[in-house]
Amino acid sequence: MGVATQLTQQGWKLGDKVAIRDGYGKGLLAAGEQFDDIVALDADLAGSTRSNWFQDKFPERFTQMGIAEQDMVVTAAGMAHMGQVPFASTFATFLQRGWEQIRNCVARQNLNVKFCGSHGGLMTGQDGSSAHALEDVGVMRTLPNMNVVVPGDAVEAAGAVFAMYQHQGPAYMRSTRAAVPVLFDEDYTFEWGKGTILRDGDDVALIANGPHVSIAMDVAAEAAKQDLDVAVISMASVKPIDEALVQKMARHCGYVVTAEDHFRNNGLGTAVAECIADAGIPAPLRRIGVSRFTTSGTPEELYRHFEVDDQKILKVVTEARRV
Amino acid sequence: MPEATTVQSRSIEELKELARKARVAVLNMTYDAGSGHPGGSFSMQDFLVSLYYNHMHMSPELVDDPNRDVFVLSKGHCAPGLYAILGEQGYYDKKEFRRLRRLGGLLQGHVDRKIPGIEMSTGSLGMGLGFANGVALAKRAAGHTGRAIVVLGDGELQEGNIWESAMTAPHYKLDNVWCIVDWNKVQIDGPCEDVKGIDPVGAKFAAFGWHVIEADGHDMAAVEAAYAEAEQITGKPVCFVFDTKKGGGVSFMEGKADYHGRALTQEEMVAAMKELGEDWEVA
Repeated sequence: MGVATQLTQQGWKLGDKVAIRDGYGKGLLAAGEQFDDIVALDADLAGSTRSNWFQDKFPERFTQMGIAEQDMVVTAAGMAHMGQVPFASTFATFLQRGWEQIRNCVARQNLNVKFCGSHGGLMTGQDGSSAHALEDVGVMRTLPNMNVVVPGDAVEAAGAVFAMYQHQGPAYMRSTRAAVPVLFDEDYTFEWGKGTILRDGDDVALIANGPHVSIAMDVAAEAAKQDLDVAVISMASVKPIDEALVQKMARHCGYVVTAEDHFRNNGLGTAVAECIADAGIPAPLRRIGVSRFTTSGTPEELYRHFEVDDQKILKVVTEARRV
Repeated sequence: MPEATTVQSRSIEELKELARKARVAVLNMTYDAGSGHPGGSFSMQDFLVSLYYNHMHMSPELVDDPNRDVFVLSKGHCAPGLYAILGEQGYYDKKEFRRLRRLGGLLQGHVDRKIPGIEMSTGSLGMGLGFANGVALAKRAAGHTGRAIVVLGDGELQEGNIWESAMTAPHYKLDNVWCIVDWNKVQIDGPCEDVKGIDPVGAKFAAFGWHVIEADGHDMAAVEAAYAEAEQITGKPVCFVFDTKKGGGVSFMEGKADYHGRALTQEEMVAAMKELGEDWEVA
């Protein structure tokens, strides 16, 4: 029985609004019950990242590191060296305090450490600019050996915890704070390097991850009313990315749009650009993301203000007609 | 608490001779490579020989033993000083000394875990103590014996990560962690106290909750006594502050920042080898 099935039995139904970080918490707990080599660490944000659910069940397998992200990274590396499988979590923006430790101590040694950066992107809302991690996917996917996943809902996040465990080597998950609709049911299993066509279409390939997957579905429905046939591809696995699927859909639709809660550079949009450029596919690509440092506001206000909301995406998608 | 892990009992005279041979190997391998870090290798040479030959539960046969002592050279640039010992103990063929820092060679410029006997790749300072804490926590969780033993440079104490880790080990009462500070008082840009003062080192660790042992790091009997004392400590991690000299063991190298990161010239090799009682001629 896959983890998605277990979680659906916990009562998450399609369309329910559940925070993606809750998926990480439930997934870590479920994986911890199944695999006793899993341990967890946090840097004084266990209640926010949801690693406290694991801590409550397995206090002897949880190490509180205090507000010391660099130390959390290298301590996890030492644990991995001795055969444990540590999951280390904190806010995505603060985890980058230990980025050089992640580079030199974890990725370079290909140690089996898993990271979860929670509160990614503008979805963090009113805490403001210092808490809006908008480059984490970019810096993580740059590192050799490091896999990167940005789940689109809580069910996918929970399943991705198992995929992180099964991957031998370092991996990074970016989770988010605000509740978003459940998109995946019990039949879905997250796989590294596999995108999912949630809605087929001929005119535009709209590729998204994180909270933007459900937004992309809404945009496609709206575009259909304007006789524009938009395919929606969920691409949680940013690294490895589903290169074959991106290239197939780019060739098929001839116009590609990416949408993510991340800076426009180096995230999903750039990864998709690499797939298209490497294959020499003559399809226009429009990347939707944040272009500058941000401010406080509700997630909805921020998405609108920084032009990563449904209206902006719909505008860019409908510009396909001009091509 | 880790079980007593004294595996050998070599005499002070035997240890001194092993340290002398290690210094000769360091000078030869860095001279052949045309680069490397003899200064910081020499400051740790005596206490490292004592540790490896008389106090560590570790050997080429034990590399996968979960109860082994795990050694971390956090000041990874001092690799030659460790390579000399590992080669002598048979972790790899000593012929590798001649290929130090060369493309295709085993022995990297900074210690690398691909090398038999090396547990952690370092080269970027400040990470070894936390890694050792992680090893120690995992050992405790699994019920395995053996220590996590880390050597830090003194300039390395300027890294903030060190003090995060220095807080962690006493908090978790990791008495299976030994942290050895090679207090040689010199870093790349000059004396540590000029670059950014780190003293008093022992008092800082004591204030953080460590059992601190201070000793002359070039006095083999004092070093042996320090390790023997530490083996009796329970309930808290142990920090050794070994008072050493950069380039210790060769008079004209001692205390000089210049010998931090370069091989000796031909003339210097002749003089240094003479002091070490070794015949040496230009190849």
